[in-house]
Amino acid sequence: MILLQIVFDKVNYIYGLGTAFEKAALKNIDLSISKGEFIGLIGHTGSGKSTLIQHMNGLYKATEGHIYFNGEDIYDPKYNLRTLRHKVGLVFQYPEHQLFETTVFKDVLFGPLNLGMDKIQAEIRAYEAIKMVGLGEELLDASPFELSGGQKRRVAIAGILAMKPEVLILDEPTAGLDPRGRDEILDQIAKLHKESNITVILVSHSMEDVANYVDRILVMNHGELAMDYSTKDTFARYKELEKMNLAAPQVTYVMNALNEIGFDVSTDATTVAEAKKEILRKIGSVK
Amino acid sequence: MDMIKVDNLSFEYIRRDENGDVESVHKAIDNVSFQVKKGDFVAILGANGSGKSTMAKHINAILYPTSGSVWVNGLNTADDENLWNIRQSAGMVFQNPDNQIIATVVEEDVGFGPENLGVPTDEIWERVEKSLKAVGMLEYRHQSPNKLSGGQKQRVAIAGIMAMKPQCIVLDEPTAMLDPNGRKEVISTVKELNKKEKVTVLLITHHMDEAVLADKIIVMNKGHIVMQGTPKEIFTKVDELKSYRLDVPQVTELAYELKKAGLPLDDGILTVDEFVLSLKKIQHKD
Repeated sequence: MILLQIVFDKVNYIYGLGTAFEKAALKNIDLSISKGEFIGLIGHTGSGKSTLIQHMNGLYKATEGHIYFNGEDIYDPKYNLRTLRHKVGLVFQYPEHQLFETTVFKDVLFGPLNLGMDKIQAEIRAYEAIKMVGLGEELLDASPFELSGGQKRRVAIAGILAMKPEVLILDEPTAGLDPRGRDEILDQIAKLHKESNITVILVSHSMEDVANYVDRILVMNHGELAMDYSTKDTFARYKELEKMNLAAPQVTYVMNALNEIGFDVSTDATTVAEAKKEILRKIGSVK
Repeated sequence: MDMIKVDNLSFEYIRRDENGDVESVHKAIDNVSFQVKKGDFVAILGANGSGKSTMAKHINAILYPTSGSVWVNGLNTADDENLWNIRQSAGMVFQNPDNQIIATVVEEDVGFGPENLGVPTDEIWERVEKSLKAVGMLEYRHQSPNKLSGGQKQRVAIAGIMAMKPQCIVLDEPTAMLDPNGRKEVISTVKELNKKEKVTVLLITHHMDEAVLADKIIVMNKGHIVMQGTPKEIFTKVDELKSYRLDVPQVTELAYELKKAGLPLDDGILTVDEFVLSLKKIQHKD
């Protein structure tokens, strides 16, 4: 049986309800996410992505509709929202702006200590989390402010992981990082997903990043869940995506352009490796 | 004439303890020289911490050289008397659109710069109209910047710079926070301004597909310039770029991988069209 971890049942959210500035940010969202999925969330600025993820850990309360986590209604008065926020870890955009402690170790330790854990146990968790994001031991006592952009971001992610969430949501984790820093962070997240079977939701403006890592994509458009398909099926609809201010990875355009000039390749490649394989298959059969 | 001339520039960030004694020195730029000709579109690539932004801040005199000199439009940035002339001729656009917009109405935001320069009122409005038109935002002139998308806000920020009639615009990762469409809007606006208004452009970016549009690319690593050339020349060197923590556009990578696998594709493919043409050529040979 596949366990449905997060379920949205006709969720609506209206900003400024009852004021002159009312705005529907989420419209009738139906959605279910199973444990262990690796999901991409894309959408133009203002499409409702951030509002959506902040409903997942109860930071926003739906104006209408229900949200279930592991089968329990999170709006039940008896439900413990505080626990939900540990189980659904949210890494905000530019999380390094939230680092504040004097050492990397102390910064990561803050979360588990705040959960009310005893010191030894919390330290073990902090240590594990720092290892999980691939930071070396020599950095434990460094000031977070001396680190590079990519390292700082890992410290911030470790701070969330130290609370052992069941779901990890990352809002634009690679914005502003150089290409290698981007690959390092995403590889680490993919590894984490594989090894610990944690559910990961990656919010991104980079279609290439999403294509390289996730299995399923949610597309938000003007507060609606406009698409919910596998990665390939999503990017096959690139013309619809463009109308929503989005795009497909560059290789998808290459394959479609080849197809249009009568070069009979399958157009569903979304990564360089897939495109390479498909073109070689085709050329191989010509020769 | 050179719009920008950087001569043996070094810059050190110096950290001091409570007593004012030097605790550590970090050399962010180490003896760098280059020139940008008037009307050129130059992209600067480099890893985080390679010195790109520090370099950019020298060009409109936010930072001064520790040693060496920077000349903008023939004016030395180290000379205080030149400060306002330099800031007017080299405008800067930053990463976060929300940090750059100050007024509550789009046209007032764009008019802020020229007003500050003491431009007569009639001319301010002329400039506002012209700048908003140039970035394709004229129809939003009476709106609140609040309601705009990220890409639109960045275009308003660029219009604000244009209204000061600069000869050069320095953009420090202007698309890092934007969605694909916003990125496209901003980059095509920049390209247009360069082509039509002949504004010199210095674009700092982590997006390789944006650098493809430049006339020239400068690659920085650890405070040094390590590569310089046309996009074709630079992106042909895939392995070298990767050693500097950089990348190439996906289509360039695909061509490079296929070449390694034995397909005789052209060197330095940078766009989807070039790729398709090159592959077509091979097929016709068969």
